[in-house]
Amino acid sequence: MTTIAKFEVKYQQYLDADGKLKNKKAPAIAKDFDKLKELYRGMALIRQLDTKAYALQRTGKMGTYPAATGQEAIGVGFGAAMKDEDVLVPYYRGQASMVMHGVRMEEVLLYWGGDERGSDFQNEKARQDFPIAVPIATQSLHAAGVAKAMQMRGEKRVVFTEIGEGGTSQGDFYEALNVAGIWNLPVVFIINNNQWAISVPSEIQTACETYAQKAIAAGIDCVQVDGNDMLAVYQASLDAAEKARNGGGPTVIECISLRLCDHTTADDASRYRPDGELEEGWKKEPMVRLRKYLEANKQWSQEEEDAMQAEIVAEVQQSVDNYLNTPVDTPESMFDYLYAELPERTLAQRELAIARGAK
Amino acid sequence: MAAITLIEAVNLAMAHEMEKDKDIVVFGEDVGVNGGVFRATDGLQAKFGAERVIDTPLAEAMIAGVAIGMAAQGMKPIAEIQFMGFIFPAADHIISHCARMRNRTRGRLTLPMVIRAPYGGGIHAPENHSESTEAIFAHIPGLKVVIPSNPSRAYGLMLAAMRDPDPVIFLEPKRVYRIEKHEIEDNGEEYPLGMCFVDREGTDITLISWGAMMHETKQAAEKLAQEGISAEVIDVATVSPLDIDTILESVQKTGRACIVQEAPKAGAVGSDIAAEIAEKAIMHLLAPIGRVSGYDTMMPYYRLEKQYMPKVEHIVEEAKRIVEYR
Ligand SMILES: Cc1ncc(C[n+]2csc(CCOP(=O)(O)OP(=O)(O)O)c2C)c(N)n1
Repeated sequence: MTTIAKFEVKYQQYLDADGKLKNKKAPAIAKDFDKLKELYRGMALIRQLDTKAYALQRTGKMGTYPAATGQEAIGVGFGAAMKDEDVLVPYYRGQASMVMHGVRMEEVLLYWGGDERGSDFQNEKARQDFPIAVPIATQSLHAAGVAKAMQMRGEKRVVFTEIGEGGTSQGDFYEALNVAGIWNLPVVFIINNNQWAISVPSEIQTACETYAQKAIAAGIDCVQVDGNDMLAVYQASLDAAEKARNGGGPTVIECISLRLCDHTTADDASRYRPDGELEEGWKKEPMVRLRKYLEANKQWSQEEEDAMQAEIVAEVQQSVDNYLNTPVDTPESMFDYLYAELPERTLAQRELAIARGAK
Repeated sequence: MAAITLIEAVNLAMAHEMEKDKDIVVFGEDVGVNGGVFRATDGLQAKFGAERVIDTPLAEAMIAGVAIGMAAQGMKPIAEIQFMGFIFPAADHIISHCARMRNRTRGRLTLPMVIRAPYGGGIHAPENHSESTEAIFAHIPGLKVVIPSNPSRAYGLMLAAMRDPDPVIFLEPKRVYRIEKHEIEDNGEEYPLGMCFVDREGTDITLISWGAMMHETKQAAEKLAQEGISAEVIDVATVSPLDIDTILESVQKTGRACIVQEAPKAGAVGSDIAAEIAEKAIMHLLAPIGRVSGYDTMMPYYRLEKQYMPKVEHIVEEAKRIVEYR
């Protein structure tokens, strides 16, 4: 027998858990401290948003919410690599990339607070972005479709879509990779490998050594990165976007991280998480490591940290207030966006809903 | 002007609109060189190129999901599902996303797309190729479900489906793909969606049907006429959203209603029509509503197919029973 094909999966990490630059061939971003501060702030903002959202849920002011604690570098990193004209097709744990691409935090809260208007993104940058996909992996195919439209129109735009590692077990994910490969679509698939799909660990999810390698069977490029290393996530996303924008086709980026929170507010991870995992995980989380790196380069001080935190707390609080002060939508809103024009047959029901709602 | 079949009319409508609207793209399994297994897309690739008439890999969820992505960008995809029996991998996308997108984004993203599928029984097809499952999609708010019964309607309704700002499930009764020809002028004139057609006026009973069963229903009306019973015949055409007013108007006139469908009886479009009549016109009824339908069984393999399908004589029988009811 002869070998007719051989594959390898590359792994990238620049910053180690202590914030030390491990990799001598660090990309330009490693010295772009203004950008790094922006990314650091992005992570801090999302962590504060998640903290607040949790509190809202716990006090009965919001519904179920999936935090992204410990995974902030992923969404913030690839979100920051997107251009305004690119399109984001997020999944439910996608608040970091959504906010980075212009979705307002109060819209995120409105969505999880049970209000459709949370997906009517007002920021011009996000007007074409998809709403959160709840049915797992469906978003991968929508991303392929958006990318197909861009490609057909000869636009230099890119689609980013995120999925959990558990979601990659779905047929939709494989179908999306397959078609993206065949059509050479400008789409970047981000796998948030937070090592848990609710209570199900990777051993039960796949026999693959990496999730990135699922791309290989579809004939598309892949890379695995340390998802807690902002430099690695950002740079890989930037490279993939650049490649896609110039007709180089799709990429799968697997970002290794760890979910440092419950799956959602409705979950209790202590039922299945092994002892010690959280303690170990917190030592590797993405924010501390970037902060250490900035400090080591004399780019960050306690004063700056305090000032930033104060700003962020106020910003998130403003979003929370905006969310809480948004009155419940009208009963007729249930009818008003079903079709461009409401069917005659349904008009009477709309009137009924208005009459009942007025009581 | 040429006399063409229902499937040729679908083809003609697509070609007409693709000429005018560059955003329309056709895709699905075997729709390119092969022109679709039934030839609905015959010649389209040669005319509009492989860029706009695209052979996809074999994956229905992908077909629907990609169509959603493209439509959200303002393109107008026409996705073909080769047979309705294989629409179910795509059903998640159709039901969970396609139907809901306008509503869940408060009108920010809309999906002007058509999903076409040949459907129904009667052509001796293998398993999973013959079911009538229109009710599954008719039940979903946000979708429109359209079923043409003849070539003219296929042409006009397909044009309307392609021009509609919302997703349309366009189900083509394949048993009557080639059963008759109509002279059709390719003038781009559409028939409105959400409107029934009164195909025959009558005074004694209203026969209500759609799709392939319209053929049996119209023959039944003819037979009834020979026996002195005047049947009004309605082609529902858009099974969702239903144009119930036309049906009620007719039933209020005739005082009797018989619904004819190929699908199983339970939980069906016919059940909905019957319920609407009962709710809104029961005082006009001279007899209980009747239904002629497939059985509440699996669609049998083709040796028993004829046993399953409602026939002209069943409709005549039921109509007479209703008319003679005292
Ligand atoms: C099709 C589908 N099946 C099941 C669920 C319920 N569900 C929600 S999240 C989840 C686990 C997903 O894990 P993963 O893909 O790893 O992403 P994570 O939530 O860890 O980010 C499940 C089973 C769903 N939303 N959609």
